[in-house]
Amino acid sequence: MISAQRQSNIGPILAVVAALIVLWYLGAVGMNWGIQSDSYQRAGTTGVSFSQQLSDVLSQEKPILPAPHQVLAEFWKNTVQQAVTSKKSLVYHGWITLSATLLGFAIGTLFGIGLAVFIVHNAAMDRSLMPWIIASQTVPILAIAPMVIVVLNAVGISGLVPKALISTYLSFFPVVVGMVTGFRSPEALQLDLMRTYNASRVQVFFKVRWPTALPFLFTSMKVGVAASLVGAIVGELPAGGGSGIGARLLAGSYYGQTIQIWAALMAAALLAGALIASVGFAERVTNRLLGVRA
Amino acid sequence: MSLVQRTLAALAALVAGLVLVVPFGATEGGTLPITEFPLVAGFALLAVLSLVRFRWALRIEADLILAALGAAGLLATLPTLEQAGPGFWLTLVASWLFAWVFAERLAGAITRKGISSRVGVLIPIVFGITILVAWEAVTRGGQVPKVLLPSPSGIFSSFIENIPKLIADFQQTFLKSVLIGYALGCGFGFIVAVAIDRSPFLKRGLLPLGNFVSALPLIGIAPIMVMWFGFDWPSKAAVVVIMTFFPMLVNTVAGLNVAGRMERDLMQTYAAGYWPSLIKLRLPAAAPFIFNALKINSTLALIGAIVAEFFGTPIVGMGFRISSEIGKLNVEMVWAEIAVAALAGSAFYWVVAIVERAVTFWHPSVRGGRA
Repeated sequence: MISAQRQSNIGPILAVVAALIVLWYLGAVGMNWGIQSDSYQRAGTTGVSFSQQLSDVLSQEKPILPAPHQVLAEFWKNTVQQAVTSKKSLVYHGWITLSATLLGFAIGTLFGIGLAVFIVHNAAMDRSLMPWIIASQTVPILAIAPMVIVVLNAVGISGLVPKALISTYLSFFPVVVGMVTGFRSPEALQLDLMRTYNASRVQVFFKVRWPTALPFLFTSMKVGVAASLVGAIVGELPAGGGSGIGARLLAGSYYGQTIQIWAALMAAALLAGALIASVGFAERVTNRLLGVRA
Repeated sequence: MSLVQRTLAALAALVAGLVLVVPFGATEGGTLPITEFPLVAGFALLAVLSLVRFRWALRIEADLILAALGAAGLLATLPTLEQAGPGFWLTLVASWLFAWVFAERLAGAITRKGISSRVGVLIPIVFGITILVAWEAVTRGGQVPKVLLPSPSGIFSSFIENIPKLIADFQQTFLKSVLIGYALGCGFGFIVAVAIDRSPFLKRGLLPLGNFVSALPLIGIAPIMVMWFGFDWPSKAAVVVIMTFFPMLVNTVAGLNVAGRMERDLMQTYAAGYWPSLIKLRLPAAAPFIFNALKINSTLALIGAIVAEFFGTPIVGMGFRISSEIGKLNVEMVWAEIAVAALAGSAFYWVVAIVERAVTFWHPSVRGGRA
């Protein structure tokens, strides 16, 4: 039943994607048409046929909105056709961003789980910290990213660690909030049963609380990993001329290289998709190992 | 008192006792003994006296008073102190420990239903104040370079000095980019959701895509929007529109499906058409989802506007101020701006939350009295 539903979604998704691509082409032609006409006028070219102008519009060097095939070509050129170590390679920049994301995400998740354990087991910590943690979710934390980078740079820490720190910070909060809910989700009946077994708090934790909290862990990890990636990308902005996807975006915006920006965006989207998919994969594997029915 | 509380209380008294015997701090003239600071000395003496609690129980308030006394004494020494000695740091630790004992005892009393849980709001407040006091004491007593971490008092004075600038930034970023972008993005998301709701085909195609796009680092389109719409607020509003659109779309579509079979059948027996059943049944039922999106978006909108300003702005705006002041290493001003952003973000969120409580008064989560 479920698999039948899943299959039937592919058709509509493809249709919507196709419609978006058509819209994108129309937009690209519409937004860049005038520029092309201007450049013909400056060059003194007249009598350009419609099809000629159309093909010129779709192969401009700095279009306002590049067409999908231009972005794909740029992406292809900068991933497959470049050496991985080259400064032009999106694989290289993507790896820089990815390593900061993963390091920050791992620390943030572990730290978040640890804090959630304390909060669940200590009423004073719960009442001291939880209101602040919830309130901090409403604060635009990302705004401090440039400051963290510059300040840590001023004291001699640069490179991976400051970016990872921002990622840590961003992935930490969803994990704490999710895991506190998760650790509290065992029902009173289950906890009472553990009491009748005279189970210690450690045993209750590992045999009841931890397994019940796992679904919450994966949900908050999906949110956290997406936030981590955003944190790493924004963390690369103040570095200016450095490496990473954020630096590529900034360089593209300085020099008006729109195709480069879109290709970098595509790399970021692929990274995000891959990260979320791998969390989802880990979730499915864990569920199968634990014998959870789908 | 539990074992944890007794240990903490004994430790606090012990540390405070040490304050009485070690040098408190130093000036150029030499070491400063504790007798120079009567408030701290009084705190240390009372703290040692608090050991009588192991014979006769002390009230919970006593720990709060001791913590406050220690904090006040500590802050009072800051202007005259040139170099913090062991006594200074031990006072900080002792005061922190008393605050901790207070939080532990109060939380325990509330759990045992000895005290109304309304008093529980004191615990996070005490925690917040403790953090601020420790921050002030560490940055000023420990002479932490301003660039690394300015003191709260420095941030506050920078805030007061720069109020006109901060107001201008707030107007540019919040009142123009955020509010306009938020209204447009949420509005479009809502309208598109209601429109595609009639077509199951579009719903099946757009929902998974919308969910996926919500997780993408959409903030990256900021440089493109700056190229398209120029440096002023419209480009920031455009980023906000795109960032807020998808959460609203996904949540509204999900919310419109909440109304159950029974309710829909009832509407049908009333011969209600599409619009009456949409307005009277399905939209109200979707309200919790819509407000969820509005709350998520209130934070996203502020982030989008501030980060978009890192890509180029006129010389006003919160994101511009943060990136330009950090370039001058004027960190106090950056923190003041972040404080404004934090206040604006929380206020925005709470306004949405209050409206939610008023609109979805019928929902179990509101009737239960919990936000």
